[in-house]
Amino acid sequence: MGELLKIDHLSYTYHSLEGETPALFDVSFHVTEGEFLSIVGPSGCGKSTLLSLIAGLIEPSSGNLYINGKDIKSSGKNIGYMLQKDQLLEWRNTLKNVTLGLEIQHKLSDNSYVQINELLNTYGLITFQNSYPSKLSGGMRQRAALIRTLLLEPDILLLDEPFSALDYQTRLEVADDIWGIIRNEKKTAILITHDISEAISMADRVIVLSSRPGTVTKVFDIKLSIEDRTPFSSRSAPEFKEYFNQIWKELTHHEQNA
Amino acid sequence: MSRMHKQVEGESLNISAAQQDFIRNHRTQLRWVRFYQLLILISFIAAWEITARLGILNSFVFSSPSRVIKTIVQMTATGQLLYHVGITLLETLGSFFLVNVLGILMAIILWWNNSISKVLEPYLIVLNSLPKSALAPVFIVWLGNNVKTIIVAAVSVAIFATVINLYSNFHEVEEDKIKLIYTLGGKKKDVLFKVVLPGNIPSIISQMKVNIGLSLVGVIIGEFLAAKAGLGYLIIYGSQVFKLDWVIMSIVILCIVATGLYKLLTYFEKKVKKQLKQ
Repeated sequence: MGELLKIDHLSYTYHSLEGETPALFDVSFHVTEGEFLSIVGPSGCGKSTLLSLIAGLIEPSSGNLYINGKDIKSSGKNIGYMLQKDQLLEWRNTLKNVTLGLEIQHKLSDNSYVQINELLNTYGLITFQNSYPSKLSGGMRQRAALIRTLLLEPDILLLDEPFSALDYQTRLEVADDIWGIIRNEKKTAILITHDISEAISMADRVIVLSSRPGTVTKVFDIKLSIEDRTPFSSRSAPEFKEYFNQIWKELTHHEQNA
Repeated sequence: MSRMHKQVEGESLNISAAQQDFIRNHRTQLRWVRFYQLLILISFIAAWEITARLGILNSFVFSSPSRVIKTIVQMTATGQLLYHVGITLLETLGSFFLVNVLGILMAIILWWNNSISKVLEPYLIVLNSLPKSALAPVFIVWLGNNVKTIIVAAVSVAIFATVINLYSNFHEVEEDKIKLIYTLGGKKKDVLFKVVLPGNIPSIISQMKVNIGLSLVGVIIGEFLAAKAGLGYLIIYGSQVFKLDWVIMSIVILCIVATGLYKLLTYFEKKVKKQLKQ
């Protein structure tokens, strides 16, 4: 499996009348195809900025982003983005919500409904396709949001703390759910979170960012000796605690220095 | 309301005694409120009629309920009443339509272009706080003694507040909903049509509820100054020729028209909300 995304000496600075705030400084890493990468860092370390840069919503102050060796803009690759809250539109039913992306990109045709129905069916939303978001549970809402993103066939999925708005129990369930769907659809994913356990439980690799301006301080390869790995079962792997301690140390060590 | 009561009665077998008590109390209270509301109305009308008949109030100046009813009957028979009410209604609905269409369009333009909205902001604030009745005489000079003046006067009463309110509502759309549209590959027009406008249907309707009243105010001001027909004209003409029966009757009719229009919009609002929530 090759290198899909390469982030090369990326920096980003916010400007306001009060002055300039460096959010990211000299960030470099790569993501291989099919990989699940977690990025952890203290709040305000520029994690969301990083995703916005990858998604092309903002332009880097310096540095480059490549997909398959090509500049990200000319690569023609699709980037999917899942926001902190599901952001389902209350005035649209589930079906109309999941087709929003296709509608915007004018890709909604009669043929799309075969795939839409298949995804809704596989992920337990088919009976709720005419329901409005207020009738859905937190987990269903996140699944609907994920299907909305998946229908655009993204090559890379960006997850911006997608579970942070949920209560703890739902959060564990939804993490399993979403992780399963992403693995099932064989997608490459980047998750950002400030929750160390969540980062380890879902990822093949964890990247630690320092506090503002964020920069990569360490990369951990997560190898857990359990069978049938899911985010939930990962938490009981013998190595889990060790990874947790190491990442914890890495984060607090940098905060003390900052 | 009645449907809810029926439902409650249908289920009363499964409801605890305490809950039944609560519902009974609630209904008794509602009945008392209605009773006092009616009592105030009836006492007012009765006191007015009696004092007029006893000569305590001069019914030439203050009219009386019976004289109002007589005037209504007479003017309905000649078709005058329908004519004047019809004119006022048409003018009000016309201005109401213009205010909403222009208001929404201008709010969209301001939302779309930040520079335009920054430049125009002080002008909008000044025009909004200006008492529009001060402009009405100017409109007569510019536009003539006709319906144009009335419509323009009525539109000017409501338009600036509409633009300012809708524009600020458009701006209150959640930042992340806008980000969502961009992450799905959308452009500014998609933000407008997929999020800003559909998300603001409730605020547009509540602005419309304010506007129907303001349009009526504007039309009456316009009719005071530049009309040959309409309820505003009847009021001014009646007071000039000391036909106070006409004046009071027009005010009573205005009360009914204003309430009717407001109720119509409340009904419309309910229907739309039901549609949105399913």
